[in-house]
Amino acid sequence: MDPNHLRNQILSIAGTVVLLALLYVANTQGSDYTIRILNNIAIFIILAVSYNLINGVTGQFSLAPNAFVAIGSYTSALLTLTPMEKEISFIIEPCIWPLSVITLPFIVSLVAAGVVAALLALLMGFPVFRTRGDYLAIVTLGFGEVVRVIANNTQSITNGPLGLKGIADFTNIWWAWGFAIITVFLIGRMIRSSYGMAMKAVKFDQAAAEAVGINTYWHKMLAFTTSAFFQGVGGGLLAHLITTISPVLFTFFLTFNLLIIIVAGGLGSTTGAIIAAILFTWGGEALRFVEEPMDLGFIDIPGIPGMRMVIFSVILVLIMIFARQGLMGTREFNWNWVCRKLGIGGRS
Amino acid sequence: MELTFFLQQMINGVALGSLYGLIAIGYTMVYGIIRLINFAHGDVMMMGCYFAYFGILMFSLPWWASFAVALLLTAALGVLMDKGAYLPVRNAPRISALITAIGVSFLLENLGLVVFGGRPKGFETPDMFNEVYEVAGLMFPALVLWTPLLTLAILGIILLIIYRTKTGRAMRCISHDMETTKLMGVDVNRIISITFAVGSAAAAAGGIMWAMRYPEINPLMGIIPGFKAFVAAVLGGIGNITGAMLGGLLLGIAEILLVALMPELAGYRDAVAFGLLILILLFRPTGLMGTKLPD
Repeated sequence: MDPNHLRNQILSIAGTVVLLALLYVANTQGSDYTIRILNNIAIFIILAVSYNLINGVTGQFSLAPNAFVAIGSYTSALLTLTPMEKEISFIIEPCIWPLSVITLPFIVSLVAAGVVAALLALLMGFPVFRTRGDYLAIVTLGFGEVVRVIANNTQSITNGPLGLKGIADFTNIWWAWGFAIITVFLIGRMIRSSYGMAMKAVKFDQAAAEAVGINTYWHKMLAFTTSAFFQGVGGGLLAHLITTISPVLFTFFLTFNLLIIIVAGGLGSTTGAIIAAILFTWGGEALRFVEEPMDLGFIDIPGIPGMRMVIFSVILVLIMIFARQGLMGTREFNWNWVCRKLGIGGRS
Repeated sequence: MELTFFLQQMINGVALGSLYGLIAIGYTMVYGIIRLINFAHGDVMMMGCYFAYFGILMFSLPWWASFAVALLLTAALGVLMDKGAYLPVRNAPRISALITAIGVSFLLENLGLVVFGGRPKGFETPDMFNEVYEVAGLMFPALVLWTPLLTLAILGIILLIIYRTKTGRAMRCISHDMETTKLMGVDVNRIISITFAVGSAAAAAGGIMWAMRYPEINPLMGIIPGFKAFVAAVLGGIGNITGAMLGGLLLGIAEILLVALMPELAGYRDAVAFGLLILILLFRPTGLMGTKLPD
């Protein structure tokens, strides 16, 4: 047991309070644009931290987060849309019965989004975890695509390619950051628990983990479903932030963005995932200028849409070649380190 | 169901399947030799199409010259990709190599979007492939006949390279045991680059025929055929070139028959490949002809 446990807990709580105070200031003083970016950051933190649990901590290279985000988005959106809105949206085929009449509160829809995503993960896990390594990557990628194809074709549930419109914009800074804080806290607890230890053991050496009596299959499942739950919730928040969803939103592209985040942050580090999620979201906005027309005085460069993704792809390849550890490696933020650096001695 | 209808669909399936097979060869060769799923392979195919397109349009080459130049350029791109991105991560964990491949794939797609623009471009099919033959009530567009023939020819050339040349022997050695091959004085990196070149050229050939089939090209066109070709490679047993071809044919026929026999399920066409992939990995992970166990 860390002798500074109590101090560290107090510092964590204080840190959270400071964060909430800063958010309050941003929410009241900041422009719509700032608030929008803050909301995006919170949702990306939820998605990246939970994605990191299966990919980084447990070492199972899943490429299916887009499937869980999609399921979460659709579930929560279908549950909060009013029957009238559904009737307007579903013009080709009417919405099927129980969905067509129910409207539930936002929070219930978010939990439902997480639960449905977790159930899907459970079902997927049986075949998926019979494979390993790059085969697991391809199989999960396949599942991600299948979910998107299904979303495109089940007209009476998802409204097909038209997608869902007019979703209420319930997601605000408190919902988004509230869930981000809960996600980081719960997943952090899980990683530090004996379950987390077992997950790390699976990552480093599966055979050795089995030899010391760890049920590797069960721990992979646990990481996968937990991760899917939070990705589902994140999807629900996303749907109620952007208010219009359609299958094209949930292609492999989304997975790619999350992958860059957790790789840049360092596979296996929650702290890294958080920092990289902030940098990615903010950086994505800051880099917008490269896609805008530029007038350099002597030369006119027309806008180049897509340039940002070129930059991100190059960054990903460069990280893999030169800095495989990412920002944090597998290290985590901890108060002992901060206090030592600040010269505040604790008991050791 | 009428026999002619069935045969017609089978011919279509064989033509489509040959294309999957051609693209699958590149996957299977690279995987066989360095155990890397080259995610960017479908995008290499896309680049091949654009090379051919620009060859005809901008340099007004005759189509055959343009196709030949496109194959060479795509082979060069494959080598460049290997030297630039995959060589530096060759001794890294396999997942790092896979992430690099995903990065290269997105790089090619987005460079395509930036340089060529996102709007699809019409691909001009040479007149020779546009004719339609009619034999015993069956319609054969020339392209549908030429595709399997050309595919067989390319397959033959690649098999010759692998089983009848020194380079090919080195490839087979590396896939067996890279370290020992190095000790025998083989320039392993050169052989791997050649593998990338051959695989990329085959993908370009497949891509050009794909482009003539649909006749249009866009920077994201490689994604779906790329994934499906990978499935074909696994289906045939990854590392096995003839297997990749058979896997491609099987996948092409299955897909065409699904659409022909159950048109109401046509929307699920793209899911067929992945369904097949999951089934194979569950029940026969070595593939239909495979000798190597996937990890």
